[in-house]
Amino acid sequence: LKIGGIDIGSRYIKYVLLADIHLVEFQRRETGYNPLSVCRELLDCGKPDKLVATGYGRHLLEIHDNIETITEIKAVARGARAVFPHCRTIIDIGGQDTKIISLNEDGTVINFEMNDRCAAGTGRFLEIMARTLGYNMESFGDYCSNKNGGIKVNSLCTVFAESEVVSLITKGEKREVIANALHESIVNKVIALIKRVEVKDDIVFAGGCAKNSCLKRMFEERLQRKIYVHENPYMHAAYGAALYAMEN
Amino acid sequence: MPKDYKMMWRDLDLNLAAHEGLLGVLSDAYTNIYTSQKDRPEGMKYFDFVISEVHSLRIEEIVEARKQGRKVIGTFCVYVPEELILAVDGVDIGLCAGAEVGSDEAEKYIPRNTCALIKAFMGFKLAGLCPYIQTTDLIVGETTCDGKKKAYEIFDELTGGKVYVMEIPNKKDEDGITLWRNEVRRFADRLEELTGRKISLEKLKEASRIVNEKRKALQRLSLLRAFDPSPVSGLDALLINQVSFYDDPVRFTAKVSELCDELDERVRRRIGVAGKGSPRILISGSPMAIPNWKLHAIIEGSGATVVGEESCVGERNFGTLLHDDFSSIEEGVQKIADRYMTINCACFTPNEGRLKDIVSMAKRLKADGVIHYALQFCTPYMMESYKAKKVVEAMGVPFLRIETDYSMEDMGQLKTRVEAFLEMIGNGVSA
Repeated sequence: LKIGGIDIGSRYIKYVLLADIHLVEFQRRETGYNPLSVCRELLDCGKPDKLVATGYGRHLLEIHDNIETITEIKAVARGARAVFPHCRTIIDIGGQDTKIISLNEDGTVINFEMNDRCAAGTGRFLEIMARTLGYNMESFGDYCSNKNGGIKVNSLCTVFAESEVVSLITKGEKREVIANALHESIVNKVIALIKRVEVKDDIVFAGGCAKNSCLKRMFEERLQRKIYVHENPYMHAAYGAALYAMEN
Repeated sequence: MPKDYKMMWRDLDLNLAAHEGLLGVLSDAYTNIYTSQKDRPEGMKYFDFVISEVHSLRIEEIVEARKQGRKVIGTFCVYVPEELILAVDGVDIGLCAGAEVGSDEAEKYIPRNTCALIKAFMGFKLAGLCPYIQTTDLIVGETTCDGKKKAYEIFDELTGGKVYVMEIPNKKDEDGITLWRNEVRRFADRLEELTGRKISLEKLKEASRIVNEKRKALQRLSLLRAFDPSPVSGLDALLINQVSFYDDPVRFTAKVSELCDELDERVRRRIGVAGKGSPRILISGSPMAIPNWKLHAIIEGSGATVVGEESCVGERNFGTLLHDDFSSIEEGVQKIADRYMTINCACFTPNEGRLKDIVSMAKRLKADGVIHYALQFCTPYMMESYKAKKVVEAMGVPFLRIETDYSMEDMGQLKTRVEAFLEMIGNGVSA
């Protein structure tokens, strides 16, 4: 029996295929302007017998193909828990949403917090700033200087922060130092969200931004706790959706 | 062939092209959100009709009433005593403030970070889109928040001096109650002056009876929602509460009572809007002025039922009756003032009464979760969400805090939050 989980995010669509519990396929594609056709292409690479959709665009498949959906909050929780069985707190920074999720001992979601509507503190913020500084998104974190150089990016708003960055560049600040300040700015915003829930170990960092080594290090410093990141942090929600499909 | 109201709208100085656009959007939204619901009670047909005629037949009635010498009083708050308005044969109309309309115009006068409700009533006037504002002889403002208080000064300028402001005290102590009783007396004087009619004991009794009957009908509707499954959707109940602010009160009461008879029958036959056991949500917080159906549509679109609104458009409007056993006008006016002081608005400090209301409603309506709704920049309710969360979680009931406005840009995010909250409830999580 082949079981699929698809996570239709704002920036990427992730697809997981399980065969007899084993993960046999993982795919990630840009969401683009026609997510439905991207979904269909992905599903064609390994047609599942059963499928559950999650993520921002989950209802797209529900409307067109009558596919069952769960929220990315529940899906990430299930997926993270499968990889890290002691996980009680999840920091999930995606393309347009940042979520902090609390789980009980059984892995059930008992509380969550989400950023409000703007892009502050999300992956999109990081992506735009990486582009402004001429870095590649995947390796942005590796270029951060460890010193803050006494500069700070104050604006939470992506648009204003970008012009702040431009003015720092024209002042001759090193881009490694600006990069560091930008990462600190995101971490401050996310820490404010984290403070609204009770943080329990283990803490798992999920979503595309978990690939960023600088963010992980800064969270560990601020929280004074170890943070777990899976080698494929993009996968949790899609994997969780597939596991949910298998169990229900 | 529907009647053509263009002449009437032109006479009311509306912006005809923009107004036509607004009616089109409203009608589409209504079809998508309301008429698409399954298994609606027959009695909702009246309210569908009222909405389809919201800027037509009802306005014609009001224009006609004015021709017969009645005055039209526009209001924005459940603290404005309706009994007094009816006692001078006035028409009481809750004004339009529930859609994102004319924001750009409004922002020429008020700051951008003003709540959507204030922006909307300014916007409706500035864009020439609200026929109700145009028919008013007096517009009653009140001091329930800083934003409204200051906006009314500008609104007075925009409406050629129609605004009359009632001062609502900040505390319900002896001084506050005295202040409010005096305010209500002054309002009665103002109404007599405006209409040239004296309030008689007989008229005041009659007006009090009409308003109490309306409250009783709405209370009956509220009680029926306690059944599982609820015989009526939260969307429909919200609509009825919104319509209560501008429909003719006697006709409205009769129609709500007819609907409740039908709902009684549905309860007997166990007909509900959702399956038995589907999550039951209580909404608490800022008012939802017509046509603000956003949060209810998201919640009910996700398979849950909204079973109550601890809100001005909801329980705060009808929760307490007036003791109408008074035997003089003076006593009557005082009893009316005291009845309004039972409303637990977030403008008061402290406001423990509201917390008790939330707890008792959550129990009576058997809520599985409470969603606290605050309009962005509505500081009083945003602040009170902290205490509301504490009392709700102490009952073991999950609590979700939402801040939003009238725009649709955060629909996806809100849907995710609401659905995740319902998933938590479905997993049997208690706070």
